[in-house]
Amino acid sequence: MAILLSEDFTFIVQGITGREAVNLTKECLDYGSKVVGGVTPGRKGREVHGVPVFDTVEQAVENHGGPIDGSVVTVPPAFAKDAVFEAIENGIKLIVVVTERIPRRDVAQMVELADLRGARIIGPNCLGLIAPGICKMGGIGGPAKDAAKAYQPGRVGVMSRSGGMTTEISSSLTAAGLGVSTAISIGGDAIIGSTYAELMPLFEADEQTEGIVIYTEPGGRMEAELVDWRERNDSRLPIVAFMAGKFMDDEEMRGMSFGHAGTIVEGKEDSATEKIARLEAAGIPVVERIDEIPDRVKELLGVAA
Amino acid sequence: MRFYEYESRRIVERAGIPVTQYGFCTTPEEARAAAERIGGPTVIKSQVLTGGRMKAGGVRFADTPDEAAEHAAAILDLEINGHRPVGVLVDPKAEVEQEYYAAVLWDGRAKRPMMLFSDMGGIDIEQVAEEHPEHVGRGHLSNLLPISDFQAKEVVARVGLTGSELNRATAVLARLARLQRDWDMTLAEINPLARLSDGSFVALDAHMEMENEAVFRHRKALEELGVDLSDPREQYEPSEFERNVKAIDAADHRGVIQGKDHGFHGNLGLVIGAGGGSLTLTDAVRAQGGKPANYSEIGGNPSVAKAKGLAMEVLKKEGVDKIAVMMSIVSNTRVDIVARGVIKACLELGKDPAETIAIFRIPGAWEEEGYKILDRYGVEYCDRSVSMWEAAGRAVAKIQGGGASANGEAS
Repeated sequence: MAILLSEDFTFIVQGITGREAVNLTKECLDYGSKVVGGVTPGRKGREVHGVPVFDTVEQAVENHGGPIDGSVVTVPPAFAKDAVFEAIENGIKLIVVVTERIPRRDVAQMVELADLRGARIIGPNCLGLIAPGICKMGGIGGPAKDAAKAYQPGRVGVMSRSGGMTTEISSSLTAAGLGVSTAISIGGDAIIGSTYAELMPLFEADEQTEGIVIYTEPGGRMEAELVDWRERNDSRLPIVAFMAGKFMDDEEMRGMSFGHAGTIVEGKEDSATEKIARLEAAGIPVVERIDEIPDRVKELLGVAA
Repeated sequence: MRFYEYESRRIVERAGIPVTQYGFCTTPEEARAAAERIGGPTVIKSQVLTGGRMKAGGVRFADTPDEAAEHAAAILDLEINGHRPVGVLVDPKAEVEQEYYAAVLWDGRAKRPMMLFSDMGGIDIEQVAEEHPEHVGRGHLSNLLPISDFQAKEVVARVGLTGSELNRATAVLARLARLQRDWDMTLAEINPLARLSDGSFVALDAHMEMENEAVFRHRKALEELGVDLSDPREQYEPSEFERNVKAIDAADHRGVIQGKDHGFHGNLGLVIGAGGGSLTLTDAVRAQGGKPANYSEIGGNPSVAKAKGLAMEVLKKEGVDKIAVMMSIVSNTRVDIVARGVIKACLELGKDPAETIAIFRIPGAWEEEGYKILDRYGVEYCDRSVSMWEAAGRAVAKIQGGGASANGEAS
């Protein structure tokens, strides 16, 4: 069944005439996703791989003749907030923000407005999400044939702070015969629209999902939030975690960030060591080796290895 | 972006928060003049972007202008944690009745700014929060609604302040909250905030950090304040490797490469990517007994020249004669382009790619084409069926002359 996406899920691409957005649009169309329009101010009347381009989201909605479910926002950082506000105010409920380096205040404003309007943001600084065999929203997994190779439908939900590692982990789950229900690149920034804990209720309600894998990094309190969520909710879903960036705990690395903006360690609780201890104490195993993930999931699901 | 104390004071002052009649000086003569203008005992403080000034002798007290000049001369010459001061701040030694703490910072979990106020200022706030939680008031702010004074008042009142003390502290905290938002600060802190004998409040020290991603929209205001935007304000002096990689990256808009070697002292060169992949691989190398010579990131489909440039810089590092070229599965970056780049780097440095590249593990887009090129030069490669952990282990084993096993039993 997957979460957030479905067979007839429709979305637009904001900033569709940009180089990366053109590629992403083709990849999504090839995968079978329903990209019903694109927006780049001043480019109305063009087409990108057959997708009509509009000046405003309003025009795209009007052309579609009804509500559009989602938008992939790929505009430059200085314009990202405006683009997301435009999507939200035009009734779009799922917004994937691909853009990197958006100021934190702008992200926080988008997220607050989305909350007020009952919309959800994935990202920023992410590759989007994929429901294998159903819909791919964003650059996640790359070209359709590559995405199909790494992502086969199955029983595990994947959430990752790294876009590339979403595919790496999903590929290993696919190879192990477990498959993926929905994989979400949640974004690498300090503030993101949807955290692990905020997505858990959706996976919880999804019959297809039997277990969860999270990829995590130093920085932020998202893992502590997940632990709290588990303690407050009687979740049926086992979780396996992988923590990258343990080397950042070294004294010499203090105050530096690696990989993603969100890896900046602002307090003791943000360090890899502290997070691993917290997750383990809550019954969420943190595997040392990335390739231990499939076997660990099988063990928790009671599937023969 | 971090600010020097004297810059933070200017920002605080501009936001309407009272500060002392401080002087920023770059010579002992200027310091003497500032002390004369202040007239009375002064504090001379080193202007460096590092902590521990007091311990290092970077903060000194003077009774006379001559003494102020003398201290300034010593402090201007004093390196603290590898940082040379850009000047000194000459501050009147204030008659303080009470010290407070005021700050506004991001609460990532609430996704909102949070105000913090305490009547136990001057000391470490985390310690106060732990030992005297009733002395710390907190309150979150909306990102969309205007900031109202009452929100600051509630936070101040939570600590038990009342009377004119409450009203004066409220004004400071509300202004600090607006400053944090208007200037995109990740941290806006006044510690200590002091109440003087006449009841007035004044910021004795301020610590401001602006989000790097937001600097673009504050350029004009920063220039007006005399902030030197060409000063990189790094926590440490970038190495030659770091500077060279940065220059190669800047010369070509296609793709992104990054390289760091601060804190890395090993012999295995890492040409790795992307963000999360690099973190995972660096850990995997270290956990299996390998010693990385550097950290790097390849992403966004760089050109052959860029991939070559990164590999050459890594190979030019002292003590590095092998590189491991590894990434998580790529969907945007092309495998064949990276393969061509790293082989070219070896050839241009007169090295045999088969000997120099310990392992090539980049699965994904255009992998067949990439593997063909690697075959031609006899470079060992593997596809996605070999995990990142295993690939890292093979590289470590090679550099240790087969000393570590490839299946992950760390030596």
